Formats: sequence, C-alpha cells, structure tokens
Amino acid sequence: MNAVARHIHPGWAIIAPLLVLVVALYLGPILNIMWLSVTDPEPGLGNYRKLFEGDTLLRIVWTTLRICVITTVFSVTLGYSIAYAMVHCHQRQKNYMLTLLLVSFWISILVRTFSWLMLLGRNGLVNNTLETLGLISAPIAFMRNELGVLIGMVHYMIPYAVLPLLVSMQSLDSRVMDASRNLGASGSQTFWRIYLPLTLPGIVASTLLVFILSLGFYVTPAVLGGGKVLMVAEYISVQLLVTLKWGTAAMLAALMLAGVLAMLWIMSRFMKLSAVFGGSTR
Amino acid sequence: MADAFSGGSLRIEGVSKYFGAFRAVNEVDLEIRKGEFLTLLGPSGSGKTTLLMMIAGFLDITSGDIALDGSSIAEVPAEKRNFGMVFQGYALFPHMTVRDNIGYALSVRKRPEAEIRARVDEMLELVQLQDFANRKPGQLSGGQQQRVALARALCFAPPVLLLDEPLGALDKKLRVEVQEQLKDIHRRVGTTFIYVTHDQEEALSMSDRIVIMRDGAIEQVGSPQELYERPATRFAASFLGKSNFIHQNGRAYALRPEKIDIHLGSGHPQARRSGTITSITYFGSMQRIIVETTEAEQIEVDIDVWRNRQPLHEGEVVELSWQDAAAVELNES
Ligand SMILES: Nc1ncnc2c1ncn2[C@@H]1O[C@H](COP(=O)(O)OP(=O)(O)O)[C@@H](O)[C@H]1O
Ligand SMILES: [Mg+2]
Repeated sequence: MNAVARHIHPGWAIIAPLLVLVVALYLGPILNIMWLSVTDPEPGLGNYRKLFEGDTLLRIVWTTLRICVITTVFSVTLGYSIAYAMVHCHQRQKNYMLTLLLVSFWISILVRTFSWLMLLGRNGLVNNTLETLGLISAPIAFMRNELGVLIGMVHYMIPYAVLPLLVSMQSLDSRVMDASRNLGASGSQTFWRIYLPLTLPGIVASTLLVFILSLGFYVTPAVLGGGKVLMVAEYISVQLLVTLKWGTAAMLAALMLAGVLAMLWIMSRFMKLSAVFGGSTR
Repeated sequence: MADAFSGGSLRIEGVSKYFGAFRAVNEVDLEIRKGEFLTLLGPSGSGKTTLLMMIAGFLDITSGDIALDGSSIAEVPAEKRNFGMVFQGYALFPHMTVRDNIGYALSVRKRPEAEIRARVDEMLELVQLQDFANRKPGQLSGGQQQRVALARALCFAPPVLLLDEPLGALDKKLRVEVQEQLKDIHRRVGTTFIYVTHDQEEALSMSDRIVIMRDGAIEQVGSPQELYERPATRFAASFLGKSNFIHQNGRAYALRPEKIDIHLGSGHPQARRSGTITSITYFGSMQRIIVETTEAEQIEVDIDVWRNRQPLHEGEVVELSWQDAAAVELNES
C-alpha cells in the first residue's frame, strides 16, 4: 500500500485525461467481449462448456500452447546467444548486429512470412539447393505443417527475445565476472553460477514477452501452416468471419486474455524477485 | 586460527603496459617481500589499478615479467593464479548469501561441503560477520560488504592479496576503524598484501613499505618513515605529507612544516630566514602559520600549540630556524 502511495506522482494529473481515454477505449471493447462470451447465443456458460464437449476446441488450444512453448524455447535460447554475442563483441560489430536486428524488427510480418514461403516451398530455394547438391531425393515438407509455422514464428520472435536480454546483460557489472575468475572459477563455472543467475530476470522477461506475443499469432500460422495448423487466433477469425459464432470467438478471446493476465502476474512476481537480488544488479 | 596461510613473494621486472599508444605503466621494477603490507600510492590515473590488474592477470603485460616465488606467472591466466583480490566497489555476487560468497572459491574447487562450511565459519569469525551469514550483499552496509569481500578473497588462503582502494566507498570515521581491522587481519593471516590507495594517511598508517607512483612509473619506494623523512623528489615530498621547498646554494630542499622553529622579533642566533606572518590557522592541537620571508618565499610552519605558548599575530616580524637534518636535499632535474 505504502509503495503504491509513494509512486503516485503529481505528473499523473497531466496524463490523466489521456489515460482515461485509453482505458475507456481498451476496457470498453474488452468488457464487451467478455460480456459476449457469456451471453451469445444465449446467457450462461454454454460457450465455455463447449471447450470440453468434443475435442476440436481442446485440440486447437493444445496446438496453440505447444507451438507457443516450442517457439519460446527456441527464440529465447537463440536470442540469449545473440544478445551474449552482441554484448561481448567490439562496438563496431555490435552496431552491425543491432542494425540487422532492428531491420528484421521493422520488416512487416507479412513480408517476412512470404519470404519463408519462397525459401521453404516445394520448389523453394532450400529444397532446390539441397536437391541440386544431391543431399535429398525428394523435397522436404517444410510447409503446410508445424515445422514451417515454427520456423516462421521463431524467426519473427527472435528480435523480441533479444531486446530484454540485451538490457539485462548490459546492466551487469563485469567486475563480478572478474571476481569469479579471480576466485578460481572456470569460464563455464562463471557462466552457470554467476552470469546465468544474474541474467535470469532478463530471461523471464524475454520468455513471457515471446510467449504472450506467440499466443496471438495469426498471419504466420495461417500462411505457413496452410490451414493444417490451426491456432487459436486463426480459429477466432474463422468464427467471427465465416461461421459467425461470436460467442465461441469471444470465449476463446477471454480465455487468452485470462492466460496473458496470469502470465503477467507471474512476471510481476519475478520482477520483485529481481529486487531481492539487490546489490549491483538493480 | 587461519595460520595455514603463507605469504608469497613477487618480483616485478621491467613491466610496462600500453593501451594503444598510451603508456599507462612504465618500466616498473619492484620486489614484494613475503608477508609484507605494500602500498601503491599515487594520484588518480597514475597506473595503480593497471599494475594491480596485471598482477592479478586481468590485463596482459605489454613487456616485462612478473614472478611469484621465483617462477614467472606472466602466462598464467587469472583463474589459475590463486591471488585473492578485493575489488574497487567489492564486486560481490548479489544473488548469493554472504556464506556462499565467501565459500565460492572453495566451492568452484569442488572441496567437500563440510570443509567449506568449517572454513567459511572461520572466515566469518575473522571478519566478525557471524550473524550475517545468510544475508544477501544488498542487505549489508558498506563496511560489512567490504568485510565480506575481504573474507571471500582470503577464504582459499591465497599467497597474495590484492586490494584496490577497498576503503574508498566508506566515510572517514568508518575508514579509520576498518584500517585497524585490516592491519590486524594482515598480522593474523600472514598473506602478502598489495594495497592500492590515493590516500596518503592510509598509506602511512598501514604499510610496511610504500611505493609512490606517478604517471605510470615508480617515483620512490621505502618504509613510511623513510619516505616521510627522506623524500627523494619534490613530488614525493608533497604527495606524502606537506612540505616547504627552499633553495640554497642552487640546491633544492624539502622542509616539513613541523620541523621549523619560529621566533618573535629579530636577532636569533640560529635564524635562517626572517619574514612576516601573513596568516594563522588554528587546528586545535596545532597552528599553521604562513610566513612570507624577505626572500619572497611562502613558508608554512606548524606549531604545537601547547609547547609554544607565545602569542603570535598576523603582521608580526618573525625569524625561522631549523636543524640541518630537517632540510632534505631533493633530486631536481
Ligand atoms: N582499458 C583502458 N584503456 C585505455 N586507457 C586506460 C585503460 N585503463 C586505464 N587506462 C588509463 O591508464 C591510466 C592509469 O589508469 P589506472 O591504472 O586506472 O590509474 P589509477 O588506478 O592509479 O587511478 C589512466 O590515464 C587511464 O585513463
Ligand atoms: Mg584505480
């Protein structure tokens, strides 16, 4: 309570009107969706009950979770290596890497997804090259399956994974690593016992960011999955635009919202943990 | 307790360090004796940290050699040198308890849990932190963090302990207290201490020997008394304590303010200078008097207030005298 009171700054008065507007414009539609999920087509929890009747919906939720988890694991692992390389190389190379990262950050998701279509299709660059080299006899099916969706999503998510990790690694005091070496720890001991624990808040932030963004992915699964890999976002759009079952769509949206809020709650717990770490990593 | 330590001797031979074209350390030759408390003293930027980092192995030496107990360690990586180090700002592991911080060196050496526990307890007792074993560094005061850093660095009984301005972050009163504790710990453990500071009082009160550094080179080496009583250069004389500089027969001399006697009036048989008092500052136990001599020099004289009870006033004419031994000839180039 005290902490909250202390953080209220007179500056809030200035942004209050805007804040009210934003809250109204966000909260209104969200409440509307939640309302729809319990009233359309008829009042009650019928929409939610549908989750457990028949396995279509459950399968979609399960596919979504699986793809999100795998995407997150790969994105954060690769992102960790990239961020590590960026923090520990020379300034010039670092600038190149940051530019490349931001360029891929800024290119539209549609462009990036369709580029993968070109690269990974049956007659795409990858399959053609491999065939020409004689490494494979028939094209590998990269597309219209989960593999394609995962490749596209991991590629899209890596910049999001890198940025929080970069911040976390840059704020580390390098003398702490020197101290570890001075005390006789090898490079890998220093990494596992000092570096990794101290960048854990960055890993948590990066994981949650990627996971939450992946949950709502629409374009990449639709294009690279070719209708074979149905995730929640695409299913919602089908319910809205094709079958016009707004209640089901609203129920799934409300479910995702609850999931995201739960993750944010976990995140806030972790951020408090990082304060407990105290000392030089603030 | 803690008698399993034995200090190491270091030999630094012609060591230089260049950062690009900039020479941070210049041809340093130094013998550091087993078990001594050696202080590197010099103004900020004089290369103290750089020299220490080369001894610790964090910086490569550009030329020269460093040997521990007779064998070269220039090619030995930092983690294999077994030197303890207290970093500027301490560099404690913020996510570990005090106990885990102190036991880290033994734990990465995969020593048995029981041995680590016993040794850490011993260290906690040495630095008087028994009640704080389970705290995190962020929950400790600056002085306590400093002691954790010391215990962590001493836990694996290193032959040499390197300390880079370990008291820099503490306030003055605490600093004096910690100085005594450090000195006491040095006596008890017998490790060779190499201590970096820019604080001359700290250097004088703690060291067996002091190395005065200037622009990356050694200006003078000696015991605190030797350096204070017989400074070789103007820089050494003014960096360690206060000093007047006088010229006689074309030679330069350093003359400490407290070694000058002041006499009211004129006609004193041993008088070497005469002049007028231009200012008097009272410090309680002593008075600092500035005399402008007839040779147009400003000479500072420190007077023991209790033993010299003659009242002095600004504007009075006085004479100054000192014994021959008080004026130390300097190497002036
Ligand atoms: N990594 C570095 N790159 C370039 N110059 C450096 C580096 N480290 C130290 N220096 C320079 O070397 C000189 C000595 O620095 P340092 O050893 O830190 O001095 P001190 O510890 O005596 O204050 C300073 O002029 C400093 O700017
Ligand atoms: Mg320094």
